[in-house]
Order: sequence, then C-alpha cells, then structure tokens
Amino acid sequence: MTAPRSAFDLAAAVRAGETRALDVLGGYLAAIDAGDAEIHAFNLVTADAARDAAMAIDQKVAAGEDPGLLAGVPVALKDNMCTRGVPTTCSSRILDGWHPPYDATVVTRLREAGAIVVGKTNMDEFAMGSSTENSAFGPTRNPNDTSRVPGGSSGGSAAAVAAGFTPVALGSDTGGSIRQPAALCGVVGMKPTYGTVSRYGLVAFASSLDQIGPFATTVADAALVFEVIGGHDPADSTSLDRPAPRVLSVLDEGIQGMTVGVLSEYLDGVDADVVARTRQAAEACAAAGARVEEISVPEVRLGLSAYYLIAPAEASSNLARYDGVRFGLRVDAEDTTAMNTATRSAGFGAEVKRRIMLGTYALSAGYKDAYYDQALRVRTKIIEGFDRAYRRCDVLLGPTAPSTAFSIGAKSSNPMSMYLSDVCTIPSNLAGHPAISIPFGTGDDGLPIGVQLLAPALAENTLLRAAAVIEAAANSMNGRGR
Amino acid sequence: MAGAPRLTRDDVAHVAALARLDLTDEELELFTGQLAEVLDHAADIAQLDLTDVPPTAHAMAVTNVLRPDTLTPTLDRDEVLAAAPSVEDHRFRVPRILGEAP
Repeated sequence: MTAPRSAFDLAAAVRAGETRALDVLGGYLAAIDAGDAEIHAFNLVTADAARDAAMAIDQKVAAGEDPGLLAGVPVALKDNMCTRGVPTTCSSRILDGWHPPYDATVVTRLREAGAIVVGKTNMDEFAMGSSTENSAFGPTRNPNDTSRVPGGSSGGSAAAVAAGFTPVALGSDTGGSIRQPAALCGVVGMKPTYGTVSRYGLVAFASSLDQIGPFATTVADAALVFEVIGGHDPADSTSLDRPAPRVLSVLDEGIQGMTVGVLSEYLDGVDADVVARTRQAAEACAAAGARVEEISVPEVRLGLSAYYLIAPAEASSNLARYDGVRFGLRVDAEDTTAMNTATRSAGFGAEVKRRIMLGTYALSAGYKDAYYDQALRVRTKIIEGFDRAYRRCDVLLGPTAPSTAFSIGAKSSNPMSMYLSDVCTIPSNLAGHPAISIPFGTGDDGLPIGVQLLAPALAENTLLRAAAVIEAAANSMNGRGR
Repeated sequence: MAGAPRLTRDDVAHVAALARLDLTDEELELFTGQLAEVLDHAADIAQLDLTDVPPTAHAMAVTNVLRPDTLTPTLDRDEVLAAAPSVEDHRFRVPRILGEAP
C-alpha cells in the first residue's frame, strides 16, 4: 500500500500549481495496475478519460482559473452510479452492455469540483449483499488480507481506498453498504442523512433507504467529499430543499460538553475484540470532555427483520424495470412475457432473485398486512426509540460490524448469517439518520475494526465533530503501537 | 405472523411466477428453505401488536414536490434507443404480446 495522501493535501497542491493533476493520476493508475489484478476493486478503469480530465485541470490551473475544491483528486465510483457513455453494470449480467445516457448528479458535482473519475468499482449485484461476493464479475478481496471479504455491498470502493488505488471513493448505503465495508477495510465511510445527497442517477435498490456517501482515509476528506456532493437537486424529488452542507469548518471544535451514548443493544452478539475497541472509543470521547453514558434503545433489535421485509419489497418493485425491453440484456422468446421471464432468470444472480421473491411475497395479497405493513410500523417504533435517545445524547456510539472481515466463502451459502452482518447499521437507514464508521485499531486477528457514530437527522456537524475526536484517538493509539 | 404456516415450495413457485422468474427445481428447493428462514426471523415483528402505531414509508417526509413549468432538455432519443436490445422506427421492439388472431 502506498503512503496515503489526503484528498485535502492533493487538491491543495494541485490548486497551488505545486503538483500536476496528471502526475497525481499517474501515481494512482500505477498503483491500480500493480495491485488490482489481485484485489479486483474495479469493474472498469477509465484511464484515458481520466488522463483527459486531469490535463483539463492542469490547463485550468495554468490559466489561473479555479479548478475546484477537489482539483485533481482521483475518485472511484461504485458501479451503480450512472456515467454517461461509460458502462454501468451494478455488477449484474442484466445490465450487460448498457451505456447510460446521462450522468448521476453526484458524478456531475464531482467533475465540477475538479475530481478525476478513474473507474467503476465492484459491488454486490444491485447492492444486495454484505461481502461483494454476489458480483457477476467475481469477488473483491480485502487489501488487508486477500483471503477475506472487503464487506459490502460497496466493497470495491472500500477496497480501492484501503489499497491506495484512489484517495476517496463513493458508495451507496441502503442497510450499511458504506459503513460495514469501511469498517472491514479500515477506512472512513459515511452515510449522510437521507435526502442530503441526490439519488438522481443512482440505480435504485430500496428507494426509501438508499443514500450515497463517501469513503476516505480521513474524516476531513469524507467531510470534503460530502460538501461537494451534498445539497438540493431538483432532479431527485426526495432531495431535501436545504442549503448545501457546510461541515468542514466544525471538524476541530471538539466534543467538550457533548453527551455520547454507548448503544447497549449494539454490543450484544458482537465479538469481544470489537466490543473492547468500542469501549476504548467511548473512553476517548470521555477524555475529550464528553459525558459518556450507556443507553438502551430496545427497538433497534427489530431493525433486521423490518429491513429484510422493507428493502426487498421496494427492490421487487424497483427491479421490475429489468424486463429486456429498453436496456441491457434480452433473452429472446416467443412472446413478450416469456422474453421478460427468460431475461430476468438469466440476468439476475441468486441473491437478487431471493430478494425479489421475498419482497414480492411480503407485498402479496394475504401477507402484506402481516409483513410489509407491520415492518413500516416497526420503522416508526425505531425512529421513536432514537428520538428518545437523542433527548439525552448528542450522538450514539457502537460498533459498525459484529466482527472483523470474514473469509471469502464463509457466509455465502447462508443468506441469514450474511444478513446479520448488517445488524448494527440497518437502524440508521430505517430512521434516515446519518452515521459514520471510523477505523479504530485492530482485532485479535490483526484486521481492522470500525466504530460507528450515529446522530439525529441533519446533525452531520455533530457527527463529524465526534468522528474527528475518535479519529485522533485512533491515530495516537496506533502511534503508540496499539 | 403468529402461527402462520411455513413458506412452502408452492408459495415460492407462485411468487417467482409473479416476479417473472423461472426457477429450476434445485433453485426452488434451495430458495424455499432460505426464504422460510428469513420469514421465521421476521416472526419477531409479525407477532407484535402495533395496531396503534402509524406506518412510516419514508423517514424524511417530502410531499408534492413540483418543479417550475418550464421546458428543459430531456434525454437524447437516439442515445436512449441505442441502449435498447431491439429498435424499429424509433421505438422499442418486443416480441408479440397477444396471441395469434383468430
């Protein structure tokens, strides 16, 4: 792994004309060339287009124009974000050969800020999974130990940042798909409040839960990318009509006087080394002047069941569009219904089929009341539970994932055991709240552990202030040799 | 659902047909067991009495979002059609939909 250089430092050097964007890019492309055959973080590397974009940034700098906040910063995109004219697969056979006719809003905003898109990253098919093994193109490997998974579903983006292939990347988080792989790969991953980052051009999985967010090596870089991609977008009707987020200025304000609640339900059923690191992170918050208390939100225990009804229900509807008519794969048959069926049966992998059927069942006559509607009521209870906790606490703290990275193949034949990987991340999606995973030391096996901070809706400032404190504690702990 | 019958192979076959999925016998067998396990886990919420709790379909409620009634460019027709598996006369072409004429 190359020595990480922050996006902040890179952009500053490029903006000042001290470093050429093309040279920065060259270094990262060389790292990808050297390492990605083994890691398989990328489905596609767009080196030529990236070089053109980097040269354009260098010309802007030479001409004295403002090249943007992320000038010359290479960025990787999860392969469910539309890129005009560039294949966007969702790691599914069913989108084989599809070149989207438009860019996702986040892609446009990154480019306008001077970032250099270097490629599309591997993922669990349609973002359904927690290990990046459910990819039509084969698994991504964890750069910390290539026999392990990187987590998922945004495993390619997490691995790209962990391997030093790009300083930052984007993922999407429906039930933990940014935070869990960030934890397993040892990088920062943030899920913003639902509606703060446009979903226009993000291929839909579960529309009421999906949210785009950054991967980075530092909290400040994650905040920087969040500022660039965040803010209202008229093209997404669920985008919140509020001013663009401004979070960088608060990062060093500390947490003196804040109350940090250690979420006791998140410590249950979690490996002992993960619990120990979470408690150490809590001590770091106390040492920084926060009041730390243990708090219980029993409703979050119901999150997993509610999620695995709501998300599949929404997915079964969203994925109805893959019918072989307008884009992607078509398997011909004698009539249209048979063509639809043949196309979907050949194009979707097993996990996607499972979720579509689960969702169809949960919405079907006779079962909708007991399953889907009941899950929506549980969602209300979870939000009420968090609201109660936030009357006492500014942020909540817990682990991100129940264990460090597991071995490739360990859970792929047992969907339920895979689903349990998301138990600590799902409730934030159901509530629409922001949350972030910060690397905090390693486990007994020497692999990274992530601790998670949660905050109320739109409280990204508070969330990131606390994240910066935990990051500083992790850095000083690592400096002491753990 | 308290006391609900466990998911059967026929249930899964029915749902697969609704979702336009054609499953092999092996898939049907495998998925029936796996989906039943997920639904068994969901029994923890199916049993709760939540009749007085309103449902939340969307965490950040946003309603009736309108845009100004002004013309803006749409996607390029040729670019959109270029992505389709089959096209004829600027339209998506599909196999026959109805049965043969009598």
